Amino acid sequence: MRITCPYCGPRNLEEFTYRGDATVKRPDSLDESATEAWVDYVYLRKNPAGLHKEFWQHTAGCHAWLEVTRDTTTHEIVAVELASKGR
Amino acid sequence: MSQINRLTGKGLVDHSKTVSFHFDGQPLEGHPGDTLASALLANGIRLVGRSFKYHRPRGILTAGSEEPNALVELRTGARREPNTRATTIELYDGLDAASQNRWPSLKFDLLSINQLASPIFGAGFYYKTFMWPASFWEKLYEPMIRRAAGLGYPSKQTDPDHYEKANAFCDVLVVGAGAAGLSAALAAARVGARVILCDEDFALGGRLLAERDEIDGQSSQDWAKAAAAELESLPDCRILRRTTVFGVYDGGVYAAIERVSDHLPEPPAHAPRQRLWRIVAKQSVVCAGGFERPIVFGDNDRPGVMLASAVRTYLNRFGVTPGRDAVIFADNHEALTTATDLSDAGATVRAIVDPQPQRSTAAEEVVAETGALYINGIIDAVSGAHGIKSVRIKDAQGASKTVDCDLLAVSGGWNPVLNLTTHLGGKPKWDNALSCLVPGDLPPGMRVAGAAAGQFSLQACLASGEAAGADSAKDCGFSPSACSRPAPARDVGPVVPVWFAPSSRGKAFVDFQNDVSVSDIKLAAREGFRVPDHLKRYTTLGMATDQGKTSNLNGAALLAEATGRHLGAVGSTTFRPPYTPVAIGALAGHHRGKDFRPTRLAPSHAWAVEQGAVFVEAGAWMRALMFPKPGEAAQDTVDREVANTRNNVGVCDVSTLGKIDVQGSDAGAFLDRVYINGFSKLAVGKARYGLMLREDGFAMDDGTTARFADDHFYMTTTTANAVKVSQHLEFCQQVLWPELDVQTVSQTEQWAQFAVAGPKSRKVIEALLDSGQDISNEAFPYMACGSFTVCGGTPARIFRLSFSGELAYEIGVPARFGDGLIRAIMKAGAEHGIGPYGTEALGVMRIEKGHAAGPELNGQTTAHDLGLGKMMSKKKDFIGRFMGQREALNEAARATMVGLKPLDPKMRINAGAHLAPKDASADAENDQGYVTSQAYSPELKSFIGLAMLSEGPARYGEVIKVCDPLRDYETLAEVCSPHFIDPEGERLRV
Repeated sequence: MRITCPYCGPRNLEEFTYRGDATVKRPDSLDESATEAWVDYVYLRKNPAGLHKEFWQHTAGCHAWLEVTRDTTTHEIVAVELASKGR
Repeated sequence: MSQINRLTGKGLVDHSKTVSFHFDGQPLEGHPGDTLASALLANGIRLVGRSFKYHRPRGILTAGSEEPNALVELRTGARREPNTRATTIELYDGLDAASQNRWPSLKFDLLSINQLASPIFGAGFYYKTFMWPASFWEKLYEPMIRRAAGLGYPSKQTDPDHYEKANAFCDVLVVGAGAAGLSAALAAARVGARVILCDEDFALGGRLLAERDEIDGQSSQDWAKAAAAELESLPDCRILRRTTVFGVYDGGVYAAIERVSDHLPEPPAHAPRQRLWRIVAKQSVVCAGGFERPIVFGDNDRPGVMLASAVRTYLNRFGVTPGRDAVIFADNHEALTTATDLSDAGATVRAIVDPQPQRSTAAEEVVAETGALYINGIIDAVSGAHGIKSVRIKDAQGASKTVDCDLLAVSGGWNPVLNLTTHLGGKPKWDNALSCLVPGDLPPGMRVAGAAAGQFSLQACLASGEAAGADSAKDCGFSPSACSRPAPARDVGPVVPVWFAPSSRGKAFVDFQNDVSVSDIKLAAREGFRVPDHLKRYTTLGMATDQGKTSNLNGAALLAEATGRHLGAVGSTTFRPPYTPVAIGALAGHHRGKDFRPTRLAPSHAWAVEQGAVFVEAGAWMRALMFPKPGEAAQDTVDREVANTRNNVGVCDVSTLGKIDVQGSDAGAFLDRVYINGFSKLAVGKARYGLMLREDGFAMDDGTTARFADDHFYMTTTTANAVKVSQHLEFCQQVLWPELDVQTVSQTEQWAQFAVAGPKSRKVIEALLDSGQDISNEAFPYMACGSFTVCGGTPARIFRLSFSGELAYEIGVPARFGDGLIRAIMKAGAEHGIGPYGTEALGVMRIEKGHAAGPELNGQTTAHDLGLGKMMSKKKDFIGRFMGQREALNEAARATMVGLKPLDPKMRINAGAHLAPKDASADAENDQGYVTSQAYSPELKSFIGLAMLSEGPARYGEVIKVCDPLRDYETLAEVCSPHFIDPEGERLRV
């Protein structure tokens, strides 16, 4: 598998480290009523058969955290963006 | 006996040179350009091995990598390699090969009596027979079966050769250099595409070398040579001979194995034996060719029974006739070519046996030319155990005729080589017109051409290869010209394919390598194994080194017949990489021995080696465990190092701790969010202990962070978590809070850092400092940090931190000065009695001080459990805040860190032991916690321990039972504060 890093170009899989579901969003930790949101954030992960947004880091390269859109059934990578973008 | 079957002057071997080799100790000769198989045949050797189960005599069936029978042990000593295919071994001078699976000799094999028992050795025999008693399987049955059945033996010695890995990138990867592959490579490379052409053979051309065809007015052999020469001349075309593309992976990644030195007695100096290629290709054209199918009939495994295409290969490419008196049994028109080629080479064609009812005019011409009998019928029986002597032919009317022969050329048509097309999950499709499976859905960027695509004729191979090469180049942005060859008419296969001659006598083999016969498949079908994958597991059809290359489809056809289904509905087994066997050594490459994984050495490593240090692996690091004096017992060494540090001064390399530079105007705010305690208000020139949680509220890591400027912090982490914390900070910075002005970078390798600890440590540091700098207690108090210069201008960072509990400093210099600094420290400290201490003494001192470390930060403990609950800020956001507040993570009943002192100081507190009330039994229901760390404290003259104990701090003074049933050990201990020594921290602040 190859991932195209926005900084470094197409690179082999073993240069990257997987983190997982990138659709989760960290809730406000000072909002004491956000228990459910926190449980979801910490423990629940999507596991779709098909397109999925995932966090990967280019650990053997520029160290950028990436949001990779991957088809979990074919490993086709549809999009790669910097995870910092738009957050 | 010398090369009695060699055809003088024929073929592509170099007749002017002779190559000597041995087979089963017998000295033989061949020519450069031979394979072991062709050289054996040239010498009239037909019997080359014994079969897996029945020890039947076996010969050479094919001329390629699909060979199921002719497996030999190649080379001797440490380089001995079992199960190598004689058909692919390139002959070299001095080659030494031995036949396999026979005892005492190939011609007389005692275990061939297995054949007599073959009626009971049917499918599932082992599963059914060796069921009881169960304990006998491992001890008796399996070793016995393994001895009797099997293939060759490995050397069991360390492989003396080395293997390497390489990466390559191209526009178009062409797999196979036959007619289609050469055409594809030419079409793509001529227009400037970067092309890699791989072929498993040592000569390019594939079947072009084996046939007497004509292309563009040249012989097919000459055309192949010219095409190869043109490709060699093109600057962006790389040709990899002896290279098998064995796997297809996601994203246009292909794995290939190049046999760099397999054709030599041993690799030349510094050259690898094999090279594993990872080829990244934008497009690929798979021209893997086809496998000819055998026809299944009784005793079809006798030496001298050979695929018709292989017969032509030996004749035309190697200048060897595999026999002098031939019979041909084929259901397709290539039988006629075989007859002509044999006849032209001087062999006698006794008969052409055609199971089809038609007889064409082309056949009439061949019959007239060769003088062969033409019989519409089947082979009914074969005689000659060690080599075929005659066959009995039964014609369509039922009349039998016996014909003497020493060669039976067989062809049941062709199958495309589908393997690479299915590695990413594509399913082959049944093609009724061709009577074979053809590629189904292809991986992205892959095209298939030639026989691999069911385009079997030469014209179809050339045209489909050219078109696929041109289209691939076009998809890479090149502009190929129009194809020169017209697309030919679609091929048709045999009118009615013949899989099996049902009335024939004797054991009819489908899979030669695994001795799977027609009766095994019928039995399996009767027992309900109707799916090819199940049939494979039950009968072993299609297993082992050849993975059923010559047997899968015949097996499926027999299964279809036995279960009353159409062959197209039966399907096939799933092909997975590798296409042909790949040595594990090649996959490992250089990652063996000391290179299995890299070792990280601390900056003082060379110095520590000089001191006779004993090392311990800490992750990838080698850390000094202790510095024993000659003859000193380990415990004495540790006690001495601890006592010297507590009484005088000691030094320890702490460079392995993770070090992370944190800079930016929001650096303080950032650290507030990653640690449970605050850092933004930390004064410049000060350091502070910090604890990090995971987002679920459990402790992740701890360490000290120092502030060098408003916008510059320097964090340390534990050795084990250095990488993890660095990644975590990068995630926080880039993903969670990209709005913060902060950057982090790991500096673990950039700084050499030493802890100088003990009451005399200040004197040592002062001696190193350049003049005019002050580290007195007033100017540089406990937890101070600052930049200094030492040893005449070397920049240094000094931190007044203590892990040992003594007056102590950590001093860091750029890593390149680390070796110099440790020597300078030792020199400066000599008059104060300095001694180095290792991680063992470090551990004793931190346990005496009650500092949590890896055993306590074990992924199950919270800030509360570590006694640090009060550090959790209530006011600010930080990682783990919300979930860390959960009631259950903070209740008093949780196991919380305490110290343990045995009632008898000589009794050990075993780490891992569990804790129970004093009078309770050592049962799970009485379990109240566990021991995390233990040490012998020289200062207290007692064993001590750290433990996680339910309601721990409330139980100081209570006596509990330390239970270690695994080591059959129990002792009583008093619960106490984990701070065994100097609980008020007075020694730190002097």
